[in-house]
Amino acid sequence: MQRIGVFVCHCGTNIAATVDVKAVAEALGHEPGVIVSQDYQYMCSESGQNLVKNAIKEHNLTGVVVCSCSPRMHENTFRKAAASAGLNPYLVEIANIREQCSWIHKDIASATEKAIILGKAAVAKVHLNAPLTAGESPVVKRALVIGGGIAGIQTALDIAEAGFDVDIVEKQPTIGGKMAQIDKTFPTLDCAACILTPKMVEASQNEHITIHSYSEVSDVKGFVGNFTVTIKKKARFVDETKCTGCGLCTEKCPMNKVPNEFNMGFDNRSAVYIPFAQAVPKVATIDPNYCMMLKTGKCGVCSKVCSVGAIDYKQEDKLIEQKYGAIVVATGFNPINLDKYDEFAYNQCPDVVTSLELERLMNAAGPNGGTLLRPSDKTHPHKIVFVQCVGSRCDDSKGKPYCSKICCMYTAKHAMLIREKYPDTEVYVFYIDVRTPGKNFDEFYRRAVEQYNVHYIKGMVGKVTPRSDGKIDVQASDLLANEQLHIDADMVVLAAAIEPDKTARPLATMLTTQMDTNDFFTEAHPKLRPVESATAGIFLSGACQGPKDIPETVAQASAAAAKAIGLLVKNSITCNPCVAHSDELMCNGCSSCEKVCPYGAITYIDKEFKMPDRTVAIRRVASVNPAVCQGCGACTVACPSGAMDLNGFSNSQIIAEVDAICK
Amino acid sequence: MQEAMINKAKQLLADGIVDRVIGWKRGEFVYDITPAIFETAEELEKDFVYDDFTAANVSKYLVKESKKEGKILAFLKPCDTYSFNQLIKEHRVVRENVYIVGIPGGPKLDAEKIKEKGITGILSVKNENYTLKIETVYGEETMPFYEAVLDKCASCKSKKHMIYDELLGEEGDVLDSNRFDMVEKLENMTAQERYDFWREQLSKCIRCNACRNVCPACTCEKCVFDNPDSGIENKAPADSFEENMFHIIRAFHVAGRCTDCGECSRVCPQNIPLHLLNRKFIKDINTFYGEYQAGEDTTSRAPLNEYKQSDCEANIVHERGAE
Repeated sequence: MQRIGVFVCHCGTNIAATVDVKAVAEALGHEPGVIVSQDYQYMCSESGQNLVKNAIKEHNLTGVVVCSCSPRMHENTFRKAAASAGLNPYLVEIANIREQCSWIHKDIASATEKAIILGKAAVAKVHLNAPLTAGESPVVKRALVIGGGIAGIQTALDIAEAGFDVDIVEKQPTIGGKMAQIDKTFPTLDCAACILTPKMVEASQNEHITIHSYSEVSDVKGFVGNFTVTIKKKARFVDETKCTGCGLCTEKCPMNKVPNEFNMGFDNRSAVYIPFAQAVPKVATIDPNYCMMLKTGKCGVCSKVCSVGAIDYKQEDKLIEQKYGAIVVATGFNPINLDKYDEFAYNQCPDVVTSLELERLMNAAGPNGGTLLRPSDKTHPHKIVFVQCVGSRCDDSKGKPYCSKICCMYTAKHAMLIREKYPDTEVYVFYIDVRTPGKNFDEFYRRAVEQYNVHYIKGMVGKVTPRSDGKIDVQASDLLANEQLHIDADMVVLAAAIEPDKTARPLATMLTTQMDTNDFFTEAHPKLRPVESATAGIFLSGACQGPKDIPETVAQASAAAAKAIGLLVKNSITCNPCVAHSDELMCNGCSSCEKVCPYGAITYIDKEFKMPDRTVAIRRVASVNPAVCQGCGACTVACPSGAMDLNGFSNSQIIAEVDAICK
Repeated sequence: MQEAMINKAKQLLADGIVDRVIGWKRGEFVYDITPAIFETAEELEKDFVYDDFTAANVSKYLVKESKKEGKILAFLKPCDTYSFNQLIKEHRVVRENVYIVGIPGGPKLDAEKIKEKGITGILSVKNENYTLKIETVYGEETMPFYEAVLDKCASCKSKKHMIYDELLGEEGDVLDSNRFDMVEKLENMTAQERYDFWREQLSKCIRCNACRNVCPACTCEKCVFDNPDSGIENKAPADSFEENMFHIIRAFHVAGRCTDCGECSRVCPQNIPLHLLNRKFIKDINTFYGEYQAGEDTTSRAPLNEYKQSDCEANIVHERGAE
């Protein structure tokens, strides 16, 4: 006979304000097998736990049901308490009467009724619980960082610093990411390259760091501590080990009219190229979309001029497989596409540019050698209008609902730099709000307004119209003065919203991590676990989790590294005993489970069976490797014969819960 | 065709290529044809039948038969080859132990449709230029051939064999069939009309389990409806809705694996159009995950057992339900 204890938590007023906890304890006390049913103010407190422990000892309990918060919060607390009182921790069940009941209901009577039903379901389940013992699985002492921007570089450096091997996978030919394209950084106005490139060099020189540039993650298998990742090294048609980065091929390449993406298309590069002078690795890459040799088989100039014979037109994509204990996602961001914003004439007028394009226009390595000139006629602009929140804080489907966070500060930076360098240029900034929380941020913005006389105007720009005389008519409203403005500008700069990189969503699917509706990776807990994903062993670094400036990105990158190191230093991790097993007498050997298992935990064996008709038959049956199984349960639902079952979440337990709810 | 098949079987037996033959023999009535095993030339001469009433799919019998000693000859119609392929994919049959001779398929006849015309006491049926000459105890009757064709043959999906070792007769083509027409009709009903349709149909069920027993996708070592531990073992239903659930559970169970052989509806003594449930699943799978025909091959991943990034989101169920 089962001897079950029920413990109902008030959680202060979190539960008790909406659920009559005494009535719940009373009702569940009458359930079959329940011999003790109590309520307490804070069951997770030490005295609350003691209540559970003492009841286990006093009543010799065979099962415990705690009606409290989500099992994500305190299941472990109560499992440990049970274990310390001599009860197998897997004989504890949690009925979530907070997140799934008291917090979402207002009416006490119906909330109480629901809490009782949830409690009954947990009691019905615990009747069928079996004691389980957890095993251990080893941790591969190597980390993978996906994305080689400042976030990925910082994470990799920190993990390497702790003595662990770490691989960076970067889809571009060089690491560096967006920061490499930025001219100056706020709030100090130092040059981005001056602070980024030493880190890039450090990463390339670190013996623990391997950089896979021009590569993509193509498959992820396994689980925390033991991921198997397939990395596709795209063919760059240049032997990385031979290329010295001398750049001769890039100079001699006859196909030199390829839009240069590093300079946002303002100038051209050759078909064989090195993205920028400080690229890491400093290795040429042949762009197969433009190379005449690869397209038509006629040319071969680069191969002739290369003194080390690094050019290899026959190179193919290469797949490498590597095991990792931890994976850090650092896929970063991109400015949104502005095709839908016809009102700003972005596609019609070359002198309407995005802020990232302005970075390149102002950069010494940019198309004009650092002199700010209009893209259309290469003349010096005397009136520049900045438009903030283009696509940010948007309530229509064109843009993004969130604040892109970095635009207020970089616009102040741009305005200030232009006023500093070209005092004869008038600068207007149209804003909804100026948001400058952060150390030395508001001071920075005030300097732009007070010291540099940038015209900040609260209001949105309604229409930008290029005129035939080369000027741009900017029609806007000044909300504070309540008047319509027309500014004949020379240039317009749009602070485009930022969005996660497009590669993030397919990657999230491979990693089985969650994303929000905007495709930002979701952290395990928005307050308390900000750099972990909900999937164990997957960590988040930088803007892939939400808009961030450089200081924040670097801080989060180091935090993600710390979490990854915390995992890598362990020799083994405790396995989940809630793993699948197959009833061999029922198994058809159909392979459905093997096909859906994301962990490769299921194999098939031919086994001899004594059949009911006294014959001996060799049957093909599924066999689960418990050390590899992660208990996801995919096999149990795929199994057509019902042979697969999951410890701790057996089919019969789930049906018992459903029955208890529907009774 | 029957003669050619008997000769082929006798030759293969004599050459020692096969040890047994699975074919069909006649039961009590002329239209009552059931699968049977033949081991000698004499048995074949005496009982082997292949005629317009020979509709039974023998693929499922091969689950057991292919695991016995020796090799068995199976005559498979195009529709049966889909079932056999699916069984290979699920590792339910031993391919090496089966010698497959592909034979032309239907259209086959449905004795029930003849009886519906008031023609009873059937002694023999002959097809003469697509007119059936039916000899009965009450005299001779005639009816057009196509009015007596089995439903499953009227919406035939393929005349092409998906697998065989040898072919008797010509190879046919995959057909552009009208098999989803009735499903579309059901989809266009209101939820209440659809519910009423299925309640009426399924309420006729007598739980004889014929549909399950004949289904080539239902080959579990231990069927959930025979398993006392399952809690849903074959039992007297508490209300008529339980039979409805039986068929819905079965349709889910074979979803993505059903080849649409139509045997469930053919054998149903109550004439419940069970194949429509399966066809609805097949149609939905085609729409949601791309065209897929179970049994077309032995290696492709079944859409419900595979995850692709192009798969529809789960909320399609909600969106469709709201229609």
